[in-house]
Amino acid sequence: MKVNKISRDDLDWKIAYRPDRCTLCGKCVAACPFKSIEVGVEKRRKVISDHFTPEPKIEFKTIPVIRQKVNEYEFCSGCGICERVCPNEAINPERNSDSRLGAKYRATVADPYKRGGRANLSTGERTLDKIRVGRISQMTDPSLDALRHTFDMLAPFGRVLPAGEMPFDIQNGKLVMNDAPPKVNWIYPIVIGDMSIGALSWRMWEAMAIATAYLNEECGIPIRMCSGEGGVPVRLLKSKYLKYTILQIASGHFGWNRIINAMPYMQELPAGVLIKIGQGAKPGDGGLLQAKKVAPHISEIRGVPKADLLSPPNHQGLYSIEESVQKMFLSFNAAFKFQVPVSIKVAASSTSVSVYNNLLRDPYNIVGGFFMDGINGGTGAANEISLDHTGHPIVSKLRDCYNAAVHQGKQGQIPLWAGGGLGQNWNLAADAFKMMALGANGVFTGKLMLQLAGCVGNDKGKCNACNTGLCPVGICTQNPALVKRLDIDKAAEHIVNYFISTDYELKKMLAPIGNSSLPVGRSDCLIYEDKAVADRLNIQYSC
Amino acid sequence: MCRIGAIKSKNYIHPSKALTLMRSMQKGHDNSGFAMVMQDLGGRFANYKELPILSMACTDEGTKIAEDILHDVGFSRIMQWNPDINPQPDLDIEPMPDYIFQVLHYPKSYKYAPQEEKEELLVETRLRIREALEKTDDGYIYSLWPDVLTLKEIGDPTDIGTYFNLWEENEDFTARIITAQCRQNTNYDIVRYAAHQFFLQGYTALANGENTFYEKNKNIQQSLYKGYLGFESDSQCFLYTLHYIHKMLKWPLSYYKHTITPLPFEAAQNREDAEILRNIRAALGNLEINGPNTIIGVLPDGTLFNTCDAKKLRPVVVGHTADTAVIASEVTGLNEILPERDWTTDIYTNERETVVITNDLEVQRLQQ
Repeated sequence: MKVNKISRDDLDWKIAYRPDRCTLCGKCVAACPFKSIEVGVEKRRKVISDHFTPEPKIEFKTIPVIRQKVNEYEFCSGCGICERVCPNEAINPERNSDSRLGAKYRATVADPYKRGGRANLSTGERTLDKIRVGRISQMTDPSLDALRHTFDMLAPFGRVLPAGEMPFDIQNGKLVMNDAPPKVNWIYPIVIGDMSIGALSWRMWEAMAIATAYLNEECGIPIRMCSGEGGVPVRLLKSKYLKYTILQIASGHFGWNRIINAMPYMQELPAGVLIKIGQGAKPGDGGLLQAKKVAPHISEIRGVPKADLLSPPNHQGLYSIEESVQKMFLSFNAAFKFQVPVSIKVAASSTSVSVYNNLLRDPYNIVGGFFMDGINGGTGAANEISLDHTGHPIVSKLRDCYNAAVHQGKQGQIPLWAGGGLGQNWNLAADAFKMMALGANGVFTGKLMLQLAGCVGNDKGKCNACNTGLCPVGICTQNPALVKRLDIDKAAEHIVNYFISTDYELKKMLAPIGNSSLPVGRSDCLIYEDKAVADRLNIQYSC
Repeated sequence: MCRIGAIKSKNYIHPSKALTLMRSMQKGHDNSGFAMVMQDLGGRFANYKELPILSMACTDEGTKIAEDILHDVGFSRIMQWNPDINPQPDLDIEPMPDYIFQVLHYPKSYKYAPQEEKEELLVETRLRIREALEKTDDGYIYSLWPDVLTLKEIGDPTDIGTYFNLWEENEDFTARIITAQCRQNTNYDIVRYAAHQFFLQGYTALANGENTFYEKNKNIQQSLYKGYLGFESDSQCFLYTLHYIHKMLKWPLSYYKHTITPLPFEAAQNREDAEILRNIRAALGNLEINGPNTIIGVLPDGTLFNTCDAKKLRPVVVGHTADTAVIASEVTGLNEILPERDWTTDIYTNERETVVITNDLEVQRLQQ
C-alpha cells in the first residue's frame, strides 16, 4: 500500500459502474473528453455448481470493464456525459463528499488549481431570491394587465447629459437641437455578454449571435450582445447585424487589428464599445486562454500565435481613472466619430463607488455606461483561489453606486449596468427587475446563455472544466470533435425562447406595481425579510 | 379620491365661489379640510401687485419668530390683514391661533436688485422661517410671494368657510384665479404641508391621485433646487417638475407633459421631434410620473392648465363661459357655478393632452 499515492477516494467524483447492466458498447469511454474512464479487464472469482446436487467449483474469469482513472490529470469532473450516452444506465459519476483533491493536486503539481465556472464555496440562499416585490398596486393605483398593456422596456446605453446641458434652443415655442449630444442607444435592459470566441467555441458564439439577431429582427426584443475580447468574425463585422453587437476591448486587445481593418467596410456601426477592466468572477486575475484552446481559427481571428494568451489584469498604460477617461474613452469615441457609445466594465469592488463617482464627474461627457460585475459571474478559466476567494457581491455594490449617483444628483447620467450571477436560479427576469429597482439601468448575463445551450456544469463543482479545452458539450472548447456536439440551431432556439419568456415575465413583474416603463430606482416596491440586509440596501424591512 | 377645482376669471371672484364649486363634488374624505391659493388678487390687496405677501398659520410665538426673521432680512411690513373669524362651538375645524397675511416691502438693499435675486430672496426667507417654525412646532408658512394668498385648514370645508366668514361674498377679498381642494392627506398623519395645493415661486399645482414614482422623483428633485423640499406628499413632485421645466430650464409648458408622461418609444420614433423627445426622456427619465392622477397647475403669468397621467385613470372636466373658466374633478361642480355655460364645449382632458387657459380665457388643447 502506498499511502501518499492519490486514490479513488481522494477524487471529487467517483464513477459508479454497474457491470451487470453494461453491454460494453464503449460509448461512455468514447464520449468522456477527459479520458477519465478507460476499458480494462478485471479478474473475477466465482463459485459455481453445474450438478443437481451442490458440487462447488471455483472459477476464475477475466472480464472487460469500464474503469475510472485515478491520477491528478485525468480525474473525473462529474460532467455526467457517460451517463448521458449510456443506453443502459450502467454508469454515472457520484459526488465524493470525502474528496481531498484540492490538497492532492496542489501537493503533486505545485501549481494553483485552475478551473472554470463560478465561485463554488457559497451556494446558499442568494440575496436576490429573498428580495420580494412587496408593493402591490390595488384600488387607487390599479395593477396593469401584463398581456394587454403596452410596456416601454428600453434602457439607455451611452452618456446622458443633464437636461440643462442638452444642446437645445427654443424656436417658435418648440425645442430644437443646436448641436449633437453624446450618442445614446436605447436597447433592451438585458445585454448578453461578454464571452469571447476562444473562451467559447465558434459554434457557441455563433449561436448567441444568431439568437441576438433573431430576437431583434423577428421578436421585437432589441437585445444586444457583447463580443467579449477575442475578435469578431469579419463576416459579422461587415454585415448589417453588427448593429446588435457591442465590441469589447480588454487588456489583451485581441482581434482589434481585424476590427480596425474592417471599419471602412462596415455597413452599420456597432451598438457600442465596452472597455473591460476587470470581471467579477476573477478580479485581478486577468484572462487566460491556454495554448491548447488556441486553434488555427482562434490564432487568425485574434491575430496571435498558438501560445498561452494572457489578458493581463491591468491595461498597459492606464494608471488612473483620469487616464482611462482621457486615453481609452476618447480614442474609441473618436475611432467611430463619436457615433458609438463607449462604456467601461469593472469587477465590483469595495472601491467601486469612488471609481463611479469619478466617472460621474467626467468632464468630457464620453463615458457611456458603468458595467459592474459581481463575484458570482462565470468564467472560462481562472485560478480557483480567485474564483472562490476574491470578488464582491453585486447587489449591495450596485445599490451603493446608485446611492452615490443620487447623492451627486446625477443618477442616470452614466447608466449603471450590473451582472454577476444573475439568472443563477434560472429566473433572469426576477433578478433583472430587482436589480433595476435597486438602481440599475439594465443588467447583463453570460453564463446563463451557456446553460441554455447545454452546459452541464453547476456551482457545486460539477464539470467546471471550461479551462481544459475539453468541454464535454462543445461550448468552451475548440476541439472540432467536441464542438460538433453542439447544435447551433438548438442552442440559438433555446436562447431565443428563454428571452421571449423573460420578456413576458418582466412584464409580469411590472404589472403588479403599475409600471409601464422600467422600474429603475423604484426600491420603494421592494421588501426584505432580514433587517440588516434591508437596512443595508435601504429598502423596507418586512416580516 | 380627492376632488380638485380651479376657477379663472376675467373678473375678481370671491372664495365663496370656490367653496361652492368644491362642496357640490364632496364625497368620502373630501370633507377633511379646505385649502385654496388665490392669485392675481383684488380687493384690499389689489394695489400691492408687485410686493410679496406672507401667508402663514401659526401660534403667537410663531408670529414672533417669523417677524424676527423678516426684520433680520430687512423686510418691512406695509399692510397686515387678519381674517375676521367666527368661532362657533359646533364647527368641525382645528384652527391655528393666528392667520397672518402680510404685505411686505423688499429690503432696501434690494431696491435695484434684478427680479431673479428678489425671487431667490423670497424662497430663502420662506425656507428660513419654515425651518425655524418647525423646530418649535409653532406653525406653517405657505407662501411668500407677490400677489398670492394661501389658506390651508383642517376640518369640514363648510365649517371652515363659516369660521373664516368665506361664505359671505364681498369685494374686499377677491382674486382672478382661485384653486381649491377639500381633502387632507388621509393616507398618513394629517400634516398641513402635505395638503394640496403646493406653491413655489408663482407656480401652483394640485392633483387628484397618486404618484407611484414618488421616490424616484424625490431622489432627483432634492438635488435640483433648494426649494424642492418637504416631500410630505407624493404630489409635491408634480409642482417641482413643473417649476424645473418651466422656470429653471425655461422650456415651453408643452414639454411638461413630454417629461412626466413621455410618449412610448414606438410612438415617438416616427415624429419630426423624435430626437428631442428621446433626449428629454434620457435626461429626465427620473421625473417621469406613474399612477393615476390629474394635475391642475397655475403659472406665474396666470396661465391655468390641466393634464392627466398617461393611462388617464382620474377624471377631470374643463368648462368655460366668455369670462370664466373652471376646471373641476366632476361636472357637478361646473354645473353649480357655471350653469349658464354651453356644456357641449366642456373638455374631458385626455391622457395625451394639456388643456391651457390663457389670460384672455382662450382655451387651448395641446396634443402631445
